[in-house]
Amino acid sequence: MRLSPDEIIFWQHGFLKLNGTIVFTWGLMLLLTVGSLLITRKLSTGLKRSRWQNFLEIVVTGIEKQIEDVGLPHARKFLPFLGTLFLFVAAAALCTVIPGYEPPTSSLSTTAALALCVLVAVPLFGIEDQGLGGYLKAYIEPTVIMLPFNIISEISRTLALAVRLFGNMMSGSMIIAILLTITPFVFPIFMTLLGLLTGMVQAYIFSILAAVYIAAAIRVRKPKTKAEPKS
Amino acid sequence: MLIDWFTVGAQALNFLILVWLMKRFLYQPILHAIDAREKRIAAKLADAAAKKAEAQKERDEFQQKNEEFDQQRAALLSKATEEAKTERQHLLDEARKAADALSAKCQKMLISDARNLSKALSRRIQDEVFAIARKTLTDLAGASLEERMGDIFIERLQSMPDEAKTSFAKALRTVSDPALVRSTFDLSAAQQKAIQKAINANFSTNVPVRFETAPDLISGIELSANGQKVAWSIDEYLASLERSVGELLKEKDKPEVKPENKLKPATRPQ
Repeated sequence: MRLSPDEIIFWQHGFLKLNGTIVFTWGLMLLLTVGSLLITRKLSTGLKRSRWQNFLEIVVTGIEKQIEDVGLPHARKFLPFLGTLFLFVAAAALCTVIPGYEPPTSSLSTTAALALCVLVAVPLFGIEDQGLGGYLKAYIEPTVIMLPFNIISEISRTLALAVRLFGNMMSGSMIIAILLTITPFVFPIFMTLLGLLTGMVQAYIFSILAAVYIAAAIRVRKPKTKAEPKS
Repeated sequence: MLIDWFTVGAQALNFLILVWLMKRFLYQPILHAIDAREKRIAAKLADAAAKKAEAQKERDEFQQKNEEFDQQRAALLSKATEEAKTERQHLLDEARKAADALSAKCQKMLISDARNLSKALSRRIQDEVFAIARKTLTDLAGASLEERMGDIFIERLQSMPDEAKTSFAKALRTVSDPALVRSTFDLSAAQQKAIQKAINANFSTNVPVRFETAPDLISGIELSANGQKVAWSIDEYLASLERSVGELLKEKDKPEVKPENKLKPATRPQ
């Protein structure tokens, strides 16, 4: 039994390899890009527009609204990063209805990569907002003693982010695989539906947590409103 | 090993590429479309607001003009009513004047007709009266009347005023022809003698007298010399009466004639 699509190896040459995770990710990227391209090719700026355009507008404006609700100013600046996180994780979960497909998010390598991206993005946005000194100063607040704890906090929350998504997605796939061997036909369908729900929830949690981390990094310089959430 | 670091790197790279792709093909076009639509709607709303404001302004202007028009109409109506009233009064006055004038004219014509009728009647009565009187006197003329006429003529000569006597005497003296005494009937020799005597006595002259019979005189005797004349005849009375009646008819205010008073002198010679 496979725990991760990493184990599906299509091609390997030394350190380089082409496994199932990368291939499924490319498939998702192709699906999202081509879908966006087809829909946005004939966009209407008038009052009458297509259903697909309406759907995409709802998605985009919904994500933008969520980012604003978290407290990030200039939501459009963070929309590509946070929006793509949500869309990728959600698409990866929704595509589980396709037979033979395995979500790339059920690979710890993928979730770790996404968590690393968040780990890098948070200080980048923080430094862009308040400068390098201002951002680094936040690590010794309120005292220097807090420095190691802050660093540990950064690492642990990134790890938690990666493991949480991996655990949920992997478990979903595992449960369906196990149930297929025990009670085929009907029961796995309900578990798949549950898996879709779980996937959407995880996509929401992952992107919202990333937004909260970025918001916390930006808000640091305002002591009264400082409220760094713990994951 | 659950984590394959090559896969981690590849996935991170894939994710970053996906972020760029999404930004390029999804977020930007969608957000641009939304912005364009919002801008367009905002422009339409602004345009609608402007049009509404303009419509409101036009409505206000129209309302104001309407009120002004109503006021003008009311004023014009009032003026027209007033003018019509004045014109009506004027026409009524004119009609009344015309009616009064016509009435006065009619009355005048009636009065004139009445007067003409009265005049014609009076003239006719006068003519009739004179004709009757002439006829009566002509019928009554006789010897005794002729004698009486001679006597009265003599009395007349005697009772002439002095100035008239002097004037007539002068006329008798200057004329070379004999004085002419005309009478309706032939005078007797005694009468001719008496008349000759009276002439000589009254005018202190001795002129020859020629006697002539003139039937056109109505019961009268007439002495004429050098254009002057002394006469007595019923015709003279009648002429006097006719003159008096004529004068009476000329008076406008007194169109009526009272012939019984004026006829009295005509009877006096009898």
